[in-house]
Amino acid sequence: MTTKKKWGDEQLELILAKVLLFGVITAAIVVLIGGLLYLIRHAGPLPDYRTFRGASSPLRGIRGILKAVAAAQGRGLIQFGLVLLIATPVARVALSLVGFVREHDRLYVVFTFVVLVTLVMSLEGWRF
Amino acid sequence: MSVFDFTALVWFGSLVAGFLGALTGLGGGVVIVPLLALALHVNIHYAMGASLVSVIATSSGAAAAYLKEGFSNIRVAMFLEMATTWGAIFGAFLVAKVSTPAIGVIFGVVLLLSAYLSSRPRKRDHMAPKMGSVARLLRLDGSFPEGNGLRHYNVRRTPLGFAMMFVAGTLSGLLGIGSGAFKVLAMDQAMGIPFKVSTTTSNFMIGVTAAASAGVYLRHGYIEPGLAMPVMLGVLMGSFAGTRVLVSAQTNRLRLVFALVIVVLGVEMIYNGLTGKL
Repeated sequence: MTTKKKWGDEQLELILAKVLLFGVITAAIVVLIGGLLYLIRHAGPLPDYRTFRGASSPLRGIRGILKAVAAAQGRGLIQFGLVLLIATPVARVALSLVGFVREHDRLYVVFTFVVLVTLVMSLEGWRF
Repeated sequence: MSVFDFTALVWFGSLVAGFLGALTGLGGGVVIVPLLALALHVNIHYAMGASLVSVIATSSGAAAAYLKEGFSNIRVAMFLEMATTWGAIFGAFLVAKVSTPAIGVIFGVVLLLSAYLSSRPRKRDHMAPKMGSVARLLRLDGSFPEGNGLRHYNVRRTPLGFAMMFVAGTLSGLLGIGSGAFKVLAMDQAMGIPFKVSTTTSNFMIGVTAAASAGVYLRHGYIEPGLAMPVMLGVLMGSFAGTRVLVSAQTNRLRLVFALVIVVLGVEMIYNGLTGKL
């Protein structure tokens, strides 16, 4: 029993490592491309970062970000890359859930599910 | 300053911060916010947003490497992540309620505490002699590679560790940092988990913790793409380079220097918070 459990965890760890690395590299490439587009097009003076107005409102939600990506806006593409980055740990938790289900480890299926729901609710902007 | 100059400057500063953070194990994110807020007069909310996404990047990148080595305990992480994610969402909601000067002061105090916690002389592991009852119920014990084989370890005081993790999560969400020093404190000191397992598991948890508050940050407009882009890319590249060098470098003196830098930044943050300059 114990050896089987350990074997399962080790397999899971290797898969999680791959997912994390893939997510981070993909996100970084998207942010880099968006950043280059942004720098090429915005050669002007620096926006005022001193006072807080908040990022422009379309770039505060997934739908607005996707629209900005479709319009090939540099800032939208950066924001999309950052959303991919935020999604990476969420994907890690989702895969852990699959792993614990396959190990028939009910207790950890419950824990992982709770964390996944918390993350999705936070990203979706549900009120607590 | 033009957009290009500013972006290049922020990128380079983040690169150095990420490099030193990885090399010393103190984390690069914690100095990003004071650097942006104090040196470049960036609004602290934007600085926190940029720092938070860079924390997710470095944590996930490093976790991938550590997982392959087999030190991280994914069960301990999964269980404690309930506490850190709830704390992180609570902290992220607090940001809008707490005044900017107060955030500056809290940030400064947390910097001082982090510097203290991570520069203490490292004593022997506080390994638990036997399993705590909650830990046994949750099967939190594990083993890590040592020499040619595996060494088993016990876990104790799980409820205390869980409570401390909630606080670590709250600080992460409130300040846009990884709060790794506090996560390690909970596992190493409270729960008796070996130091190397504590640090790698803490790193593994940082990404999920930060992702929980990132949704709130995004909706409140704290994540400004023009600023987050150079910070995220810089810290990520710097920390990748830092981890490569880490194996061969003598880092004790460097740790001390970097801890002193953190102390100075902490004092500056408290001063600027109290005098209303943030």
